[in-house]
Amino acid sequence: MVNALLTGANASTEVPLKRRLRRAERTRQVKALVLVLPLLVFLLFTFAGPIAGMLWRSVEDREVRQVLPQTVAALASWDGTDLPDENAYAALASDILAARAAGTIAIAAKRLNYALNGFRTILTSTARNLKAVPERGTARETLGKINPAWRERTTWTTIKDASGPVTGFYLLAALDLVRNADGTIVAAPPDQAIYRDIFARTFLISISVTALCLILGFPVAYLLATLPPARSNLLMIFVLLPFWTSLLVRTCAWIVLLQSKGVVNDSLHWLGIIDEPLRLIYNRFGVCVAMTHVLLPFMILPLYSSMKAISPAYMRAAASLGAPPLAAFLRIYLPQTLPGIGAGSLLVFILALGYYITPALVGGAADQMISYFIALYTTETANWGLASALGAVLLLATLLLALVYGKLVQGRQVTGGMKN
Amino acid sequence: MSDNSSLRTPSQRIAWTATIAISTLVFIFLIAPILAIMPLSFSSSSYLTYPLPGLSLRWYDDFINSPRWMNSLKNSMIIGVASTILSMVLGTLAALGLAQWKSRFKPLVLAFVLSPVVVPGVITAVGLYFFFAPIGLTGSYLGLILAHTALATPFVVITVGATLQSFDTNLARAAASLGASPFYAFRRVILPLILPGLASGALFAFATSFDEVVIVLFMAGPEQRTLPREMFSGIRENISPTITAAAVILTTVSVILLATLEALRRRNERLKAGGA
Repeated sequence: MVNALLTGANASTEVPLKRRLRRAERTRQVKALVLVLPLLVFLLFTFAGPIAGMLWRSVEDREVRQVLPQTVAALASWDGTDLPDENAYAALASDILAARAAGTIAIAAKRLNYALNGFRTILTSTARNLKAVPERGTARETLGKINPAWRERTTWTTIKDASGPVTGFYLLAALDLVRNADGTIVAAPPDQAIYRDIFARTFLISISVTALCLILGFPVAYLLATLPPARSNLLMIFVLLPFWTSLLVRTCAWIVLLQSKGVVNDSLHWLGIIDEPLRLIYNRFGVCVAMTHVLLPFMILPLYSSMKAISPAYMRAAASLGAPPLAAFLRIYLPQTLPGIGAGSLLVFILALGYYITPALVGGAADQMISYFIALYTTETANWGLASALGAVLLLATLLLALVYGKLVQGRQVTGGMKN
Repeated sequence: MSDNSSLRTPSQRIAWTATIAISTLVFIFLIAPILAIMPLSFSSSSYLTYPLPGLSLRWYDDFINSPRWMNSLKNSMIIGVASTILSMVLGTLAALGLAQWKSRFKPLVLAFVLSPVVVPGVITAVGLYFFFAPIGLTGSYLGLILAHTALATPFVVITVGATLQSFDTNLARAAASLGASPFYAFRRVILPLILPGLASGALFAFATSFDEVVIVLFMAGPEQRTLPREMFSGIRENISPTITAAAVILTTVSVILLATLEALRRRNERLKAGGA
């Protein structure tokens, strides 16, 4: 159409027309951008902003600065090799009195207690027993008398480490690491080192669920891709109905089925197979069964769309060239399903990593995944720094895997095939 | 497999039989739990087990007469409908824009727009909790509607985008060349063709909001509890048969959504076949 216009046009108007077309194209692009803009702004406010805020919280360290400002200022020049000078003690005494009056001692005490167990007692006992500003030159002695902890270097290095405004403390804690008094990063003491185990558990559950989904999903996807469309569309309902059923309904259903007086135990008892009810739920088994049930459609649908794209001619060719069926399957069919296997497995794994509701409802204490602890530290103990740091680690893992997934399905309409 | 000329050897027949057998078991695994809890909601006993001692509608009666459950159903509807409308507006505009926009940043923008689907619910919820609390949006309908819109819009962008991709722009040109005004062409030509796509997008958006529970857990006050949120506490505390009644109601909604979607897909395929 453009060519026709150009050849039809007078030679003298050719340049302006070209320019006009270019300008029209540019207006079109600007108009397109304007259409996308509202969503981008909206997501900035309701999604990207909040997540950036959470990431900032994982390194932010404000409490001690706010409650003990003079102490933080006095410690700024302290080299940390010996006890700080009298100035720092005087500053602390005056900060503590001010914080007591303002009722903010607990804020700093909570933060310092994360870094050094027992700091809460040191600070609150000092606040309780400090009657007035110590006379000039006696602050060190007075505070040391109230609580001997003020004569120890670690007490002071803890305050200095927590003076912010940013800290690696929470991120290190999320990986079971601490910075010791000399500033080197070392492994956290065993009673605090729980997060690597939780990450390992999250990984283990996710990988088990992914494997289960693949084992169960592969034959189903193969069947659906091989049957004539009329029959496979009918069977597809078995995959799509659970996919569309509320997560809560499915989790609830598994509890009803698997609990000790549940349908499965009752039936087994009635059949005389068992005498005592089996423990099928509130343990790892229940979590894996329920999560596999929820995530199986996410495996079957990408597998199905990759198998659907394989021409049966390949297998016929292999057979006509004398390949035994098993060899033809392993060497011709299976390699062509690999992108589907990769996409489905990654998708299931990514979704499983962030699971919260199902393990929280059908798991025991030893089956809670990382999301559970993020939620716990946010709403129950209000350790927002640690919650954010654990969230940052989970987010990083998820985004890296999503990047791989994006590369894997590039150019293939897996999501389109999946959702329609 | 047009029965089954390619299955000549016994081993192939065995493999095919095994595939059918395993698939049947998996289909049972997928569907049985959902079917199993349905009859329990009609039980006259409060024990959640078979055989049913008798049939009754008392648990549905319980549900309807409980202000807590009815309020949660109302909340789910309000938040679901409002976030569907908002995400349809934002998502359709964005899909229209993205269909025309040519830039090397497009994959990046698309990844950003779709990222709410990938990021774990807890992370979004924690971020929103910190972000919305200081500005008074926790414990409010508006906060939940905004959050659910962010989660639902990617599905609208995907579905509407897919429809626009298959839309033949020559049809709009043909309408214009036959003298239709842009508005008339949009209403009589473009809209009927992309309507199934828009409707699927809306269904996805509604289902996303209707099913969402993690963000509601973090952000809803007692007044804004939705149906899944009420089920969550119900399951935590003690599973009463009223929950199974709620589950049946939720599942019925899902089935209606799924059936509508399937009908739209069929209609679309018919149109495409007719056009080809």
